[in-house]
Amino acid sequence: MSSHYEASIRKPLVEGDKSYHDITVDIARPIETPPNKDWWIAFSIALIAFLWGVGCVIYTIGTGIGSWGLNKTVGWAWDITNFVWWVGIAHAGTLISAVLLLFRQKWRMGINRSAEAMTIFAVIQAGLFPIIHMGRPWLAYWMFPLPNQFGSLWVNFNSPLLWDIFAISTYLTVSLVFWWTGLLPDLAMIRDRAVKPFQKKIYSLISFGWTGRAKDWQRFEEVSLVLAGLATPLVLSVHSIVSMDFATSVIPGWHTTIFPPYFVAGAIFSGFAMVQTLLIIMRKVSRLESYITLQHIELMNIIIMITGSIVGCAYITELFIAWYSGVEYEQFAFLNRATGPYWWAYFFMMTCNVVSPQIMWVKKLRTSIIVSFIISIVVNIGMWFERFVIIVTSLHRDYLPSSWTMFSPTFIDIGIFIGSIGFFLLLFLLYARSFPVIAQAEVKSILKSSGENYKKLRDSHE
Amino acid sequence: MSKNNLHVLFDDDDILLDAIKKIKEKKYHINEVYAPFPVHGLDKALGLKPTRISILAFIYGCIGFTVAVLMTNYMMIADWPQNIGGKPSFSFIENMPAFVPILFEMTVFFAAHLMVLTFYMRSKLWPFKKAENPNPLTTDNMFLIDMESGDNLNKMKVFLKKTGAVSIEVIERDDNEK
Repeated sequence: MSSHYEASIRKPLVEGDKSYHDITVDIARPIETPPNKDWWIAFSIALIAFLWGVGCVIYTIGTGIGSWGLNKTVGWAWDITNFVWWVGIAHAGTLISAVLLLFRQKWRMGINRSAEAMTIFAVIQAGLFPIIHMGRPWLAYWMFPLPNQFGSLWVNFNSPLLWDIFAISTYLTVSLVFWWTGLLPDLAMIRDRAVKPFQKKIYSLISFGWTGRAKDWQRFEEVSLVLAGLATPLVLSVHSIVSMDFATSVIPGWHTTIFPPYFVAGAIFSGFAMVQTLLIIMRKVSRLESYITLQHIELMNIIIMITGSIVGCAYITELFIAWYSGVEYEQFAFLNRATGPYWWAYFFMMTCNVVSPQIMWVKKLRTSIIVSFIISIVVNIGMWFERFVIIVTSLHRDYLPSSWTMFSPTFIDIGIFIGSIGFFLLLFLLYARSFPVIAQAEVKSILKSSGENYKKLRDSHE
Repeated sequence: MSKNNLHVLFDDDDILLDAIKKIKEKKYHINEVYAPFPVHGLDKALGLKPTRISILAFIYGCIGFTVAVLMTNYMMIADWPQNIGGKPSFSFIENMPAFVPILFEMTVFFAAHLMVLTFYMRSKLWPFKKAENPNPLTTDNMFLIDMESGDNLNKMKVFLKKTGAVSIEVIERDDNEK
């Protein structure tokens, strides 16, 4: 018992009187029971949104990018906003699974699996937008360093857009193997419990024959640690590189050195908000309140508050530097953001991202589930507007006043965005019913140190 | 000569670790231990050598870095140098800062994927691999020690019960008939 000591002032991470077997049963329940009516309703809505998006994508590819609201001045708008938004959301999963692993934060174990799943699903959405924007998505393989048929003309490794290809593909594939390696013991658990032959077959196939030998566990832990060590700089590099799509240009409002850290903070901010949104629903629906406790929600709220403040600080630094630089184009770009025709988007951004998370200073509010849920949605709206503000307001007033214009999305723009949300939710809903949504093997390993019953038992002995 | 294998089940990780210590003291041979989650100290209790997979990851990372250097140098400098925004494109070292993101991503890509592949190969994990855990409960809440039985089976059973085993199963070895 002594090897599992944890200070008694730390709140339990697994609530209730749980044994190892109880954890198995609780995690396997959503997979082994048929979905209820609410799930089917959510699934249908997500499916309709997804199909609507598919229709809009087909229309775009059939008629061309002219079906979007883009024009000669504003050549990037909704698509890239959505791309950056989704990539940002993806970041929380890796942060929770990798950075919190390196810092030995045990509370990550209740939420890492779903956050990583969310990462992968969000990167898939993000990847769709640049590919659709190509207009000829069947030529997407031209982005890879292959000699093309016109001679040995290669891709341009000086271009941040190519860095993006490498960063996003590395991120997607590394996140996927990180996620899947962690899933193996849990999929094996489902496999060994499965009674239906078809289910048994599927879970045998995807659990790769995991058996839990002592040597396998030793390697498993080492691999997880090294992957975390690799994923931590990777996750920071991905959004830094995304920010360089803008920062390496010479557009006022984009050409700023603060972008990489500012984008990374924003990504963690929006990612945690999305994890919060999804998990608050999932813990209720799948009855996982014992594992995703109020303390988990509170800690995520604190991270949202801190990263929100970093983002706020970055906004103000940008304004200050615009003034301090003495560059009048830069000054105009920022003044125009706040007071120009898109002032309302700037206002949304400021209120949602800087003001709203500050209420988390109050303990009563950050431990309220309904407040957490609302703020998480507000933050995601705010972060979408942040990208919109950066992209559209920097472009719509360019160097020639004769080409000044406004951007308005067409229903195709909106349709593809809604479709991507539908696709994301579709994947998440399917995941929630077919994968172990909590890293049960890891939770079992902290049960004795952080389980409520064991903590009480230990306290009563002292 | 020991003729049979024993499958000894435990339901607690601390009891398991103590039992392994006692079994080791008695010099019985443990073939394998199956556990539903990573039990801390299990590898040390069994005397397993530390894994070298992180050293491999470092080597794989170095390979990835080298591949990236060779690739960017060949494509951008040697094979088809281009004047892009007036930036230097005739010397790798001068153009290298623009390749740092690529060098980094390729390093991570190689290190992560090759390490995971090595792990899967060494631990025999791949699709269509049949699971070999002798008892399906070892992925749920039970810990299983697969060990060779001594000469006196009954004495051994009493000893194992004392260490806290929940159940002991005698498995006849296939090679007895051979």
